[in-house]
Amino acid sequence: MSRVPLPYSQKILELFRNPKNLGRMEDATVSAVAGNPACGDMITFYLKINDQDVIEKATFESYGCAANIATSSIVTEKVKGMKLEDAWKITWKEIAEEVGGLPAVKMHCGILAVGALKRAIREYYSKKGTLPTWLSPELTFEEKQALEEEELARILSKRLKTTEGT
Amino acid sequence: MNGSVRELLKAHEGLKHEVYLDIENSSMVPKEVVDVMLSYFNQKAYGNPTLTHKPGWEAFEAIMESAREIATFIGCKSLEEINFTPGETEANNLALLGSASHLKDRGREIVISEIEPLSVMHVAEMLGRHGFSVKKIPVDNEGFINLERLKEAVSRETVLVSLSSVNHEIGTIQPIKEAVEIVKDKNPQAIFHTDACDAYGKIPFNVQDLGVDLATISSYKILGPRGVGVLYVKEGVKVDRILEGQIGTQKLWPGVENTPLIVGFAKASELAFKNFKENVERMRALRDRLIDGTLTKISHTVLNGPGGEKRAPDNVNISFLGCEGEALTIELSLNGVYVSSGSACTRRVLQPSHVLVAIGRKYEEAHGSILMKVTRYHTNADIDYVLDVLPGAVERLRKIAGSMGVG
Repeated sequence: MSRVPLPYSQKILELFRNPKNLGRMEDATVSAVAGNPACGDMITFYLKINDQDVIEKATFESYGCAANIATSSIVTEKVKGMKLEDAWKITWKEIAEEVGGLPAVKMHCGILAVGALKRAIREYYSKKGTLPTWLSPELTFEEKQALEEEELARILSKRLKTTEGT
Repeated sequence: MNGSVRELLKAHEGLKHEVYLDIENSSMVPKEVVDVMLSYFNQKAYGNPTLTHKPGWEAFEAIMESAREIATFIGCKSLEEINFTPGETEANNLALLGSASHLKDRGREIVISEIEPLSVMHVAEMLGRHGFSVKKIPVDNEGFINLERLKEAVSRETVLVSLSSVNHEIGTIQPIKEAVEIVKDKNPQAIFHTDACDAYGKIPFNVQDLGVDLATISSYKILGPRGVGVLYVKEGVKVDRILEGQIGTQKLWPGVENTPLIVGFAKASELAFKNFKENVERMRALRDRLIDGTLTKISHTVLNGPGGEKRAPDNVNISFLGCEGEALTIELSLNGVYVSSGSACTRRVLQPSHVLVAIGRKYEEAHGSILMKVTRYHTNADIDYVLDVLPGAVERLRKIAGSMGVG
């Protein structure tokens, strides 16, 4: 069991120790999950959105590593007070930069955090029944990656179960 | 210094107590061992042991004396059976590749288990890509190899069987003597190798009693220096070299011998065997204090591997459900407790330990696993400190997971 101690940035360490906007939001307008326990990464985002389509409050829960917790925390801080249209433009690269860079094996944590955010925004409009013109029906890069990661974990756990019997 | 590493280290300032339990991956070397080694760097025996001058003859004698000591501890017939290598990984590579190379015309089948260390597993898989067929014997939910399946797997074509004496992750003590009998009964010519790194100095281990042909032991797992190990090769058994170069006193490993490390390994062995029974009893008591304390104090925890006499005296491996292992190792480190986790992040998903998967743990159970090994140098106060820190660390991470966790 050799583990590489990844050189986490100061920002990641700080947010891992003191995550912002942590916890389930009882009066959330919408919530979304990305990842699953088999991936070893799972995030839930809760957004409180007002009738001007502005995010008033964002919180998260994370079952994941330090990078996962830190990127989730930073996304919730960043989107607070943002119009959904602007929040939609956030990319995982921006988030990775804002936490002071992510080691290669942790890039997917940033992708997953932004994936969960975009899922929540899409869910909000699909519940409303109107898609704004800026929201493409096609999945964004982060949503696709989140889906792929979940699918990969499903395949791996399935393969696990089938090899057990042989 | 890398800026982020500096920050990480700074975050550890002012710790009241520190407990190092990551013996699986590296160890602290006791002062007695370091002191002995130091003199061999610059005061004596710093010569090349195959050359004809005083520092060389001193080195030759130091290496032979170390080999003789280790040979006694594992019950060799002669010190010629001791081959120093730069560690466990190298000795296991030598055992598998060297046997396969020597015996490839006799047969092309290799048998290992599903829970071997990566230096056996990956080497066997590599041989699998070069024309060998590799059979992996399954284990039960405590990690014991299925002897029936072993019997079925061995054939006339089998050239090598490699099974660890004690599992490195979950401490399962395997019935190696029975396994050797089963293998030799079906194919007396098959070579039996055992990685005994977690047996040496921890449980009674004697190569002649067990009847093994090859055995790997390593220095750092008994608190010797890193960078040195031994492959025991039974008299009459042939293994090809896997590296070429200038051959000195070690016919299976070319290059100039590292005398201080070899001497350090022998000294560490001497200390481990000096009060063997007491050392083992001490480790076992610390192990059970840690296991029982953790399972009692923290809910949703699972012990991986067997308990009691069937488990290595130093091994503790526990899954904390609703916690991700890597986050937990960092959280514990910030509190002065140094351990390792069973899962490693790959580019896309977290890769669970193959050992935990083989004993039937679910992914989420494997992801939250923590491996700890106690030594005779640990105290009850150390274990109690760990037991003070663990519940808070687990609780904080479970709180972050919130409704997705175990409450």
